[in-house]
Amino acid sequence: MSAQSTLVNDTADATGRDLNARALRADARREELRLLALLSPSLLLVFAIIIVPVGWLFWLSLFDETGALSASNYARFFEQASYVRTFITTFKVAFIVTGACVLLGYPLAYMLSQLPRRAASICLIFVILPFWTSVLVRTYAWLVILQRKGLINSWLIDLGVISQPLPLANNLSGVVIGMTHILLPFLVLPLYASMKTIDTDCLRAGMNLGAGPVATFRQIFFPLSLPGLASGVVIVFVLCLGFFVTPALMGGGKVIMWAMRMEQTTSLYSNWGAGAALGVVLLAVTLALLGLFQWLLGARATGVWSSR
Amino acid sequence: MNRIRNVSIVTIAGLMATVAVPAIAADTITVASWGGTYQEAQTKAFFDPAAAALGITIKQDTTNGLDDVRLQVTGNAVKWDITELGADECARGSKEGLFEKLDYGVIDKSGINPKLVHDDWVGISYTSVVLIYRTDVFGDKGPKTWADFWNVEKFPGRRALSSSQSTETLSVAALASGLPIDKVYPVDIDGALKSVDKIRGHVDAWWTSGAQAMQLVKDGEVDMASIWNGRAGTLKKEGAPVSFSFDQGVLTADCMVIPKGAKNKEAAMKALAMFVSPQLQANLPLYVDNGPVNEKAFETGKIPPERIKDINSAPENVKKQVLQDAEFWRDNLVEATEKFNNLIQQ
Repeated sequence: MSAQSTLVNDTADATGRDLNARALRADARREELRLLALLSPSLLLVFAIIIVPVGWLFWLSLFDETGALSASNYARFFEQASYVRTFITTFKVAFIVTGACVLLGYPLAYMLSQLPRRAASICLIFVILPFWTSVLVRTYAWLVILQRKGLINSWLIDLGVISQPLPLANNLSGVVIGMTHILLPFLVLPLYASMKTIDTDCLRAGMNLGAGPVATFRQIFFPLSLPGLASGVVIVFVLCLGFFVTPALMGGGKVIMWAMRMEQTTSLYSNWGAGAALGVVLLAVTLALLGLFQWLLGARATGVWSSR
Repeated sequence: MNRIRNVSIVTIAGLMATVAVPAIAADTITVASWGGTYQEAQTKAFFDPAAAALGITIKQDTTNGLDDVRLQVTGNAVKWDITELGADECARGSKEGLFEKLDYGVIDKSGINPKLVHDDWVGISYTSVVLIYRTDVFGDKGPKTWADFWNVEKFPGRRALSSSQSTETLSVAALASGLPIDKVYPVDIDGALKSVDKIRGHVDAWWTSGAQAMQLVKDGEVDMASIWNGRAGTLKKEGAPVSFSFDQGVLTADCMVIPKGAKNKEAAMKALAMFVSPQLQANLPLYVDNGPVNEKAFETGKIPPERIKDINSAPENVKKQVLQDAEFWRDNLVEATEKFNNLIQQ
């Protein structure tokens, strides 16, 4: 009797669970639709201001100056050696500047995150302040500091450290210095934000279990700061690829980056497609590289993130 | 009923008022130029006197060049009635059909070099590319010719040339290879590139704007450079230790056009006729170093004799210079520029 009643109860339970699950699924689907409806204005906006113009850019790049469908805008990259050189220069500068930003920005963000709150906010002002100054003004300021008769060279010569001025401006080093200064906050700010969220209890626990300061940093703090570092690196790297003003002013015409090339090409050819093709190539290569980044850095970083 | 009629009368009157606005605006034209001190000078020399004489209003805007005109004309959104361009841009835009035909019954072309008088564009002023050097480095024994500039043993020092103005740099390179000024055109592009190849390793900066060229010389970043005469003149006026002359200068003209589909073609034509007239042309060098395109301006007596020798388009100075051939560069610009970029970006 009791066994039978259990059986009946079980079947009833099963049907009840089934019903319940169905109701829950329907509810979840409704929820999803509602969310989608809520998101649709912003999705529409993204479509209108990102997908449509990029699609249009791609479309334009397929036509030559007579308006005929042609691959001539892309063929130019292979016919003229200077395009490939410009492309390599662009990525070289982006890698060097990103590297310099990491080397300078990581210790800075680490220091900021360890300072007491008040001191940290004062120091952050020094990071953000240059951020509010025009890029053009900062670039010219670097020119004044770095050029042949600039501050650094005249001081060093007066002090007798060097006899010939150092070639700091109008070349690659000038571009790297100028761009690193401008892009540093883009690395420091996300990195600092992510370092502030690291639970200090984790560090204390590590210390408690016998890890020294170096091991605590290497095994606990550094891995936990990786997501912030990854987002900072991606922002800096992508911004580098599109830089115009600083390389144009600091490079002395010897460091031609992709954006400068686009400007030249657009005014040289009486055809938007010529410039559009450059944009498409840069976009494609950047997306491919970002995918690679995500795969190499992002996966590890998010892995660490989710394991928390 | 009465009220409704009153409302409709008000509406119609309102509509008529809005329709009437363009009728008043017919006497307003918009002229675009390069901005800065140059456009200020043009305002005093050309725009204000022409507006007063014709009884029209001249509004102003600034342009970045042919791309802007192409964008407006192909997009059926022509904002300007007259715009200034470089002569090679005029020649290219003319080939693309971006401009209205000019009426030389209204515009008097006498006194303007025939090379700058075309169906749909006309010259407006001259700029020269000149060789400037720092006198604190060379005294008065600096490089005087482009061949000197190319001679790195005799004139050691840092150098700057233009990379954005490839056509001007190629003319300069042709002069440096020893060609006399009347043999530069048609430019032997490969020969000129060979000449660039000889100097490119000694060029410390390639400039892309007039302001940059000026800054490079002013701050002593380079000891000699190619530079536009207006910028060179400003440096001298500011007291910088520099010297330059019009010997072996490269004369480049600016031109004006009426973009195709301009709203106010007729008023624009009359204004343009005044801009190129000797009387208004003679005003230009009173405010800026860009020389008048109409040589009759020098006969008006408006320009003081001691000023004439400093003007790049004064007949004495024109003889010493090469005139950039706009139509030659219209046909060869793309090929020459790509080759030039390949060479200097090695």
